[in-house]
Amino acid sequence: MMEAGNAAVSMRNVSKSFGAVRANHKVDLDIYKGEILALLGENGSGKTTLMNMLSGIYFPDEGQIYINGTERIIRSPRDAHALGIGMVHQHFKLVDVLTAAENITLGLHERLNIRETTEKIIDICNRYGFDIDPEQKVYDMSVSQKQTVEIVKVLYRGADILILDEPTAVLTPQETEKLFTVLRKMRNDGKAIVIITHKMHEVEELSDRVAVLRGGEYIGSVRTCDMDVSEMTSMMVGHAVSLNIHREEPRGVKPRIEVKGLTVRNDEGVLKLRDVSFTANTGEILGIAGISGCGQKELLEAIAGLQPVESGEVVYVEDDGRRESLLGKDPLSISEMGVSLSFVPEDRLGMGLVANMDIADNMMLRTFRKGRGPFTDRKPSKKLAKEVVKKLEIVTPGITTPVRRLSGGNVQKVLVGREIASEPTVLLTAYAVRGLDINSSYTIYDLINEQKNRGVAVIFVGEDLDVLLELSDRIMVLCGGEVSGILDARTADKNQIGMLMTRKGGSEHHE
Amino acid sequence: MNDKIKEPLFHIVKRDAPPISRALAVRAVAIILAMILCGIVTTVTTGLDPIQVYESLFVGAFGSRRKIWITMQNVSILLLIAVALTPAFRMRFWNVGGEGQILAGGLAAAACMICLGDKLPNALVILCMVVGSLAAGALWGFIPAFFKSRWNTNETLSTLMMNYIATQLVAFFTIVWEVPKGSGKIGIINQDSNVGWLPQLFGSRYILPILVAVVITILMYVYLNYFKHGYEISVVGESEKTARYVGIKVGKVIVRTMLLSGALCGLVGLLLVGGINHTVTTTIADGQGFTGVLVAWMCKFNPLTMVFSSLLIIFMNRGASEISTSFGLNQSYADILTGIILFFIIGCEFFINYKVQFRKKSAKEVQ
Repeated sequence: MMEAGNAAVSMRNVSKSFGAVRANHKVDLDIYKGEILALLGENGSGKTTLMNMLSGIYFPDEGQIYINGTERIIRSPRDAHALGIGMVHQHFKLVDVLTAAENITLGLHERLNIRETTEKIIDICNRYGFDIDPEQKVYDMSVSQKQTVEIVKVLYRGADILILDEPTAVLTPQETEKLFTVLRKMRNDGKAIVIITHKMHEVEELSDRVAVLRGGEYIGSVRTCDMDVSEMTSMMVGHAVSLNIHREEPRGVKPRIEVKGLTVRNDEGVLKLRDVSFTANTGEILGIAGISGCGQKELLEAIAGLQPVESGEVVYVEDDGRRESLLGKDPLSISEMGVSLSFVPEDRLGMGLVANMDIADNMMLRTFRKGRGPFTDRKPSKKLAKEVVKKLEIVTPGITTPVRRLSGGNVQKVLVGREIASEPTVLLTAYAVRGLDINSSYTIYDLINEQKNRGVAVIFVGEDLDVLLELSDRIMVLCGGEVSGILDARTADKNQIGMLMTRKGGSEHHE
Repeated sequence: MNDKIKEPLFHIVKRDAPPISRALAVRAVAIILAMILCGIVTTVTTGLDPIQVYESLFVGAFGSRRKIWITMQNVSILLLIAVALTPAFRMRFWNVGGEGQILAGGLAAAACMICLGDKLPNALVILCMVVGSLAAGALWGFIPAFFKSRWNTNETLSTLMMNYIATQLVAFFTIVWEVPKGSGKIGIINQDSNVGWLPQLFGSRYILPILVAVVITILMYVYLNYFKHGYEISVVGESEKTARYVGIKVGKVIVRTMLLSGALCGLVGLLLVGGINHTVTTTIADGQGFTGVLVAWMCKFNPLTMVFSSLLIIFMNRGASEISTSFGLNQSYADILTGIILFFIIGCEFFINYKVQFRKKSAKEVQ
């Protein structure tokens, strides 16, 4: 069993269930020193659960974990630290009001000596090429800096086994490249690195080996260079999947939403959008690129009537050329105007859906006012729920299951399914495939393309530039709340967009 | 560090949505365990025979026809309060102002009885009492709701403070209306004319509150689960962001729901003053505005199951006071027993949702 002395971690027969849900079933996994292992699997295949058991957050129902050849029991994250295992979670676990150094030493049972700590942090940074200021407060940091703090925190505790859960989800291409360089350096330093990601090109670029989970079971592992993306995907899904986004030429392009000089401040009075102007056309997908927090959320919410606007205008152009302003109207009055505007927000369970309600009741959110009298009519929403579940292949015990129990991909399908069901003329989507596996992602892309071909004006806020380039017709890049360029997606390239994302200016291309 | 760390003695695992039969079984076991513990505590601290104590507990609540009626009446009042608070709680609006809303309603009813008693015919006085107490309760609910929706003030604090205002108002009017002067209390209002006394139904003074409680509980269940308003309340409670996203006016829903919640508490005030006590005092609500919160929480805001939890609490309450009188123990002893039982009932929720998995005995432990 215990082959190869350099296996840093060997998990044997590890199982974990949550009630009736079998998250992991008899998983055998080896992680070696000096390699980067990509852990692949669809949403709900048990990747995160497996890694949480390794880092002491969950305790396995069954099975053994060997660290460097010795069987170990990991009861808590502290045990995991002691064994040199560190995990960087998808959602950062940092205290905003503390400095980087304070966050890094938080929870350690040692006397806090700022000078020594700072020296040690700088030492780690120099070794791997990180760039952080130990005295900087976390609330002043960008997403990528916060992630760096998380990684340094793990290294500071002497981790030799590093687990990163979707580390690139929030990074720009340049930041991702930087992270990969660091990870390669760590690998060459003899550390074992596990990365969970849904972006297949990153898997190809970075990893030495891939291990695949499907339905909680271990399917196998292969050297990355021996396999291509479509083979990996079929291994994950269990059958062959086509990985093409079929982009048709836009037809019947007419202006639908015209935004002029839009300026928005958030609740704290911070300027989030400055003088943004663009047009979204029918039958076209307008991609929006930008580092997270650059005003994408405010832009979509301003159009959807959820965000007070300081100045500027948002005009809806009807089929017959009539123009109506959407400003100062809430979602109810927008729909009472006869404008069918659908919005798939970033915060799915906190805004788009009600987590504790079942699928049918969530379908009713947009339509519960229909019908006279004080009673709700649940029949149509039940019917719609059944249709959506069937059409989008949502994995659920039934339409009376609360949506919080569904996996990320299925939650998103419920939301997108409902928003599309109202046959919108405008579809706004924010990070529609964030956290979704490759199979679900392509289902969503197909649905969005279907809407475009129906003549819907689609605004697609995305983070994966490869996808934005493949899916959109035009791409608008936001930087610090301003439009830094609108490009033709068929001719633009990734670097160009990356540059615009971080620096305003550059050449502007219009169609 | 040890070479091999031992597997922890137990760890906690979440259960998947447990079947209702299981949940009921866990609760039953909890109540039995609580009874056993109460028995032990009784024997150890007082030396009494626990069986005898339980017997008198039961006698206290159901020992005679009259006791049964009073128990039922108390259950219906507590149930009504819990049901009145429920819409607010479903909206995650922590209305702990039930006490004040009841007092406001009761004070309005008493005011009508005293001031209009000799001016209007009985039926009109009662009509004024109904309208007045509902309006007063609604007003007491409206004020914190308005502040919340307009300035996002904390409703727990403002509803709580409204309680004090109501108590002091009642204290003030007690002096204004005191009979006889200097006694410091109002006494039975309209004792001779019985003007403003709510009618007895089927020849019994206990039936009216019971009937009202049954009707309101069913209506509330329907309102919350099948009305558009009920749906809006649930959405606002789960996430205000989602509510705004689908165009629900959150402030409007908050105010509307608190008007309802307050008005129903006012109705309880009416029943207490006009139907049961025929007087008003600062302690007329007797802390039930808070006990109602407990009842509503225990039932996860389902009005129908509140029948059982309010029955349990009233049963314990009345049984316990019987124990304290018949065995010469005081009310505190009754409170200890009630506390033990509630502790078990609330604590057993953990075992409904989670299971504790003990370390498996395995050969590997022997090293």
